[in-house]
Amino acid sequence: MKSVVKQEVLALNGDEAVAYAAKQSDVDVVAAYPITPQTIIVEKFSEYVANGEVETEFVCTESEHTALTACLAASVTGARAFTASASAGLALMHEILFVTSGCRAPVVMAIANRALSAPINIHADHSDSIAERDSGWIQIYAENTQEVYDTIIQAFRIAENQNVLLPVIVGLDGFTLSHTLENVSVLPDDAVKEFVGTRQLPSVLTHEGKTAPFKLDPENPMSMGPLALPNYYFEFKRQQEEAMKNALTVIQQVNGEYAEMTSRSYGNGLLESYCLEDAEIAAVCLGSTAGTMKAVVDELRAEGVKAGLLRIRSFRPLPVKEITKALEKVKAVAVMDRSLSFGGNGGAIYHEVRHVLYDGRVHPYVVNYIYGLGGRDTSPSQLRRIYEDLQKILKVQRVENPIQYLELRE
Amino acid sequence: MVEEWKFTTKDIAEKPDLFMSGHRACAGCAPATVLRLVMKATGGPTIVTEATGCMEVASSIYPYTSWATPWLHTAFENAAANASGIESALKILKKKGRVKQGQVDVIAFAGDGGTYDIGIQAISGAVERGHDFLFVLYDNEAYMNTGIQRSGGTPHGAATTTSPAGTAIPGKLEYKKPIADIMVAHDMPYVATAVPYYWRDLLTKVRKGIEVNGPAFLHVLAPCPRGWRSDPAKSIEYSKLAVETCVFPLWEAVNGQYQLSTPSKVLALAPQKKKPVRDYLQGQGRFRHLFTPQNEKLLDEIQRLTDEKWQRVLKKCGMAQS
Repeated sequence: MKSVVKQEVLALNGDEAVAYAAKQSDVDVVAAYPITPQTIIVEKFSEYVANGEVETEFVCTESEHTALTACLAASVTGARAFTASASAGLALMHEILFVTSGCRAPVVMAIANRALSAPINIHADHSDSIAERDSGWIQIYAENTQEVYDTIIQAFRIAENQNVLLPVIVGLDGFTLSHTLENVSVLPDDAVKEFVGTRQLPSVLTHEGKTAPFKLDPENPMSMGPLALPNYYFEFKRQQEEAMKNALTVIQQVNGEYAEMTSRSYGNGLLESYCLEDAEIAAVCLGSTAGTMKAVVDELRAEGVKAGLLRIRSFRPLPVKEITKALEKVKAVAVMDRSLSFGGNGGAIYHEVRHVLYDGRVHPYVVNYIYGLGGRDTSPSQLRRIYEDLQKILKVQRVENPIQYLELRE
Repeated sequence: MVEEWKFTTKDIAEKPDLFMSGHRACAGCAPATVLRLVMKATGGPTIVTEATGCMEVASSIYPYTSWATPWLHTAFENAAANASGIESALKILKKKGRVKQGQVDVIAFAGDGGTYDIGIQAISGAVERGHDFLFVLYDNEAYMNTGIQRSGGTPHGAATTTSPAGTAIPGKLEYKKPIADIMVAHDMPYVATAVPYYWRDLLTKVRKGIEVNGPAFLHVLAPCPRGWRSDPAKSIEYSKLAVETCVFPLWEAVNGQYQLSTPSKVLALAPQKKKPVRDYLQGQGRFRHLFTPQNEKLLDEIQRLTDEKWQRVLKKCGMAQS
């Protein structure tokens, strides 16, 4: 067992925490473009570069499309690459998200989650990254600024693991986390450097029949990003799915190792159960809303209500078995979606959690709450009403309206 | 300025190909010849990146490759962004002792679509940031990979599948974007034009572009027999005619200073040697509709525009005729 490393408490907002973690993670190339509410990350990192505090090549690109392309290209050249974006910026990267995961480039990207236009809105919701759920990126959502810092560091270890080699998005709610100052325990630089290590490259067989590190290297020429026709394309995609499966284990391992060093862990790394052991009613959510939700659960528990919360930390890969197990005794579940799947009968998290529950022994009542779009405030009293709704559902033994909109004028 | 590269035909013939045979390009494909020639001019370890397009598709059908040097393709509009990332990674990894080679050159290839149109933002950005790489535009003057659609590089009057020669509209109405001049306007260290016929000129310019510190841009006219509806045996000849008719003058701009290259300089000094544009357009099916009585005036217009453009080039090169 490693001993817990002595840490320092800094007042950081979420964006600063991202930049600080990236700085400590010995990133080789950062290519980025400003967009609210992510901009502080780029600004802060630029300061580190300007003050010579990092050994990083910083590429201030002309668009997010180029930012991610440059990260991808740097990554396949053997560098550790990092970027950050949000909303429209992530949408502009859409094409390259698939190329990055397809090229198995372990780029790490912070997303300060923000609504998509139109109408234009700079505030928090999950429409941006949820829309990219099938792009082959691992997606981890943080609850608070401390977790943002910790997760960025962990993300490099997860992404670069040789059984994974997939890019990782770390989601932090725009403004709620990106711009809110919190006390964050930070590790000493050398502890992070040791934890993350220098990027290791897997050995692969080149077309010349040699075994060589997987990168663009004139000594061992490799062609990356080729044309694969119907006779090969499918196998490439299947391998990405296998890597996602491997990530389920690696995320837990990294969470465990990190806990040994910091005494901080986030559930098993994939999800966090809060008061679920004997819960009859529970909510499922991602991100910062979980913090408010926990306070509400505490309140209800004090009143004797058997309420609980499941926070999904890793949305991709989706921890199917773990969700089934976590909710196996719950009788009514409210799934919280901070994005909409127009015409899809509820939000993405609802679809997925409901699909997971189908395999359970008992099928609980499931209701979907679409909430907080475009940064609409989600208060404890609103969240409390959700649990009250669940209690009513249990009383009448049916779900009258499975798709609900929280705090909406209709 | 770096010392000029001296080479003999034997040197070039003996240098192993980095762009190898066995690719799936069409018969008479000048872009394939251009790529092979460009790679003959490399001086040391080189990483190549390509935009989506004919050459990318023809050279990388998995599990085969025509590339004997590291090669990356990611998407259509971002060859210059790939180069930006590769160059930045090499720079920092060299500093950290994780790249063995002293100097690794970076070359980006793109067709006219990946340069004039969808790729221009990434190129403009990469050049503004000053990445050290050579961008080679192989200009076959339309989206040939998707079946001959017009691009910003398609010349006036040419018929393509999206600018067909109809009864109301005689081919592409708009004009070819002056892409090389646009690049010169970026205040970049090296911009040049070339054609495969004048291969020594092309190779010299490639090497200059590689050796210059910072970004370099090489615009190569590369006839496509499928898209130009021309005889596959005459692709290289058409690239010669483009120069001889002054449709495609050869020049280089070193730190913004334009200078005519020998094949075009000869025409500037002996204007009587300049051939009429008809000689170039004839035989190309994409211009066939111009050789009809009702469109004859368009041929005259193309001649006039070519002459005007040539005069502008001469002026920029300090060789304007009074």
